[in-house]
Amino acid sequence: MAQVEADARAVEAASVSFVEAARLAALQEMRRDHRVWVLGEDVARGGLFGQYGGFLDEFGPDRICSTPISESTIMGAGLGAALVGTRPIIEMRIFDFAMCAMDELVNQIAKIRYMFGGQAKPAVVVRMPFGIWRNSAAQHSQMLEAWFAHLPGVIVATPSTPQDEAGLLVSAIRCDDPVIMFEPKLLFTDKAPVADPIEPIPFGEASHLRHGNHLTIVTWSSMVPRCREAAEELQAKGVEADLIDLRTIWPWDRFAVCNSVARTRRLLVVHEAVSAAGFGAEIVAHVTETLGPGALRAVRRLGAPRVPVPFSPAIESEITISRDRIVQVALDVAGKAAA
Amino acid sequence: MRNTVPRRLELFRTMWRIRAFEEEALDAHRAQEIAGPLHVSIGQEAVSAGLCINLETADRLTSNHRGHGHVLAKGADPKRMLAELYGRADGYCGGKGGSMHIADFSVGMLGANGVVAGGIPIAVGAAQGLKLLGEKALVVCIFGDGAVNRGPFLEGFNWAALFRLPVLFVCEDNGVAAFTQTATMTAGPGIVARAQSMGVEGRSVDGNDVVAVDEAVAELVEAIRATGEPRFLHAQTYRLMGHTSTDAAAWRSQEEVQSARQSEPIGRLRALLLEEGCSERDLDGIERAARQEMQEARRFAQAAPWPLPEDAFSDVQDIGAEAWRR
Repeated sequence: MAQVEADARAVEAASVSFVEAARLAALQEMRRDHRVWVLGEDVARGGLFGQYGGFLDEFGPDRICSTPISESTIMGAGLGAALVGTRPIIEMRIFDFAMCAMDELVNQIAKIRYMFGGQAKPAVVVRMPFGIWRNSAAQHSQMLEAWFAHLPGVIVATPSTPQDEAGLLVSAIRCDDPVIMFEPKLLFTDKAPVADPIEPIPFGEASHLRHGNHLTIVTWSSMVPRCREAAEELQAKGVEADLIDLRTIWPWDRFAVCNSVARTRRLLVVHEAVSAAGFGAEIVAHVTETLGPGALRAVRRLGAPRVPVPFSPAIESEITISRDRIVQVALDVAGKAAA
Repeated sequence: MRNTVPRRLELFRTMWRIRAFEEEALDAHRAQEIAGPLHVSIGQEAVSAGLCINLETADRLTSNHRGHGHVLAKGADPKRMLAELYGRADGYCGGKGGSMHIADFSVGMLGANGVVAGGIPIAVGAAQGLKLLGEKALVVCIFGDGAVNRGPFLEGFNWAALFRLPVLFVCEDNGVAAFTQTATMTAGPGIVARAQSMGVEGRSVDGNDVVAVDEAVAELVEAIRATGEPRFLHAQTYRLMGHTSTDAAAWRSQEEVQSARQSEPIGRLRALLLEEGCSERDLDGIERAARQEMQEARRFAQAAPWPLPEDAFSDVQDIGAEAWRR
C-alpha cells in the first residue's frame, strides 16, 4: 500500500535532475538527523554542481562546512568526526581528487571498523562525481570504481537515475558502514520524477529495466541510458535484450545476473571504465564460475581502451562507448548479423 | 595540585607500568609468543604519563604505531592490550588489530595507527565532530617526528587553526624516523616553527623530564579548554630500543645510548623523588607492583582463547543493518 502511494506521488512530482535529486535526499536526511553534516571544498557556496544549493542558509557553516583544498584531511576528518558520533557526508569535488586522500580512504576508513574489532562506526558517505564530462581530460574524467569494489570494508554505489541516486544516498547516509557514491557527471542533468519522501534503496538490488530472452546486458551508472537506447534499437532489429542496471557494484546483485544469464545464455557487460581489469571482468568470472563455462554461448565486455582519457573532442569520442557500438556488439553476442 | 609528591608518585607509577608493559611484550616477542612487528617505547614513558595525567576520560586520543604507552596511560586495561598483542579473542580488537591498532573507545582512545601521520586528520575531525555535537572534550593527537614531513601534518594543523578546534598536537620527538635521523631529512627552522607558521601556538619541552611535561601539558590543556583553539607540544625524548623489536639498532654508537640512559625519564624522576624524601623501598615497591601487574597480564594473554575461524568475517560491511533496510 505504501509503495502504491509512493508511486502515485512520484508520478505527480515534477521531474528533477540527478543533481537536484541528490540535493533533496541530503536535505531530507539533514533535516531528519542533526548529526548529518557535509564537508568539502566549496560546499557552502552550493557545491561544484549546485548539489548543496541553499544549505548554508538552512544549516549554517558548521553543518555545511567549506574546507581548504586538503583532500587527505577532508577524508580523514570525516572519519574522525564519525568516530565521535556524527554522520558526515564527505564531498570529494570530483573523484580524481580522492587520489590525494587514498590513505585516509583505503588504510583508515575501509579498515577501521574491522581493525578495531568492531569498536569504530565509520558512518561516512564519500560522494565522488566521476566519469567523462565535457572534455575535462585525463585528471578530471576517471572511472576507477573497480578499485573500490576490490577494497574490503566499503560499499560502492553506482546509480544511474535521479530516483536511484536519491534513494541510495539516503541509504548511504543511514548506513553505519562507509559508502562510496560514484555519481556520473554525464547524467547530472538527466531528469526524472523523484518520490517524496525519498525512501532508502537497499544496496545490492539491481533494477531490471527490460525483459528479453536473446541476451543479458549488465551495466551501471553512465552507460545505463545508452544501453536502454541500444536495447530499443535491438528490439527494432528483432533482438530482445534483458537489461540489468546493477545500481551498486558492491554488493552487486549476483542473483539477478545469474538468473538472467541462465535463461539467455548470452552475456554482455557494458561499462564506461577501462575494460582491462574492470568490474566487468568480475561479473564474467562470477557468472562463469556459478553457471559453468558450458552454460554460456557468448560473452563480451564492452569498456574503454586502456588509455588515459584524452581532451580533444575528436579523440575523446573515440574512447567513449556509443549506442551504436553497444548495438553492434550486442548483435554479435546475440548471434545475429548486424543489420 | 601540581608539583606535589603524590602527583609525582602517580607519574612514576604510570611510567613504570608502561616500562614493565613494554619489557613484558618484548620478552614475549623474543619468546615467539607474539607475532608480527612490535614497536616499543622504552625511554619515552614521560610523554605518555605527563600528558594523560591532564586528560579526562571523555577527552579523545589518537596515537601512532608506537602507541602502547599512550593507550595504557589513557586508561586502557593492560590485560586486554597484551591479549591483543597475542592475537587473542579477549584482546581489545578481538585479535584483528595487534600491536599497531589498539583502540579502547570506552576510555576515549580512538586508536593507534600504522601509517605515519595517519592519526592527524582523524584527530582534527574528531574535534570538529565534538564541537558540532556541543561536547566539551578535547582531542589529543600524538605523532612522531617523522610525521612532520608528511602532508597531513600541514593540512591538519592548518585545519585545526582555521576552524578553531580543541586539539592538542603532541610531537613525541625521539629524533629518529624508523632508521634515519630526522634532522637529516627536515629542512627549515624546526618543528615548533612549522606549527606556528600555520597558526598553532607551540612550545618545546624536555620530554624526558616528566614534571616539565606535566606542567607544559597542564598549561596547554588549560589554554585549549579556555579558548577552544589548538596548541602544540614538542617533546624531545629518546628511543632506547630500535625501530622494531628485531632491530638491534647497531647503527647507533654505544656512547650515544649510554649517554641517553643517563637521562632516561624514570631514573630522573626516581632521583628527584628520593631527594624529596621518598624511600627506596616505596619506589622499588612501585616498580615491583608494575612488573607483577604486567606478568599477570601476560598470563591472562597466554591463557586467552584464539579467535574462532568465523571471527575473520565479523566486524566488516554490515550491509544488513536495520537502519537503512526499511
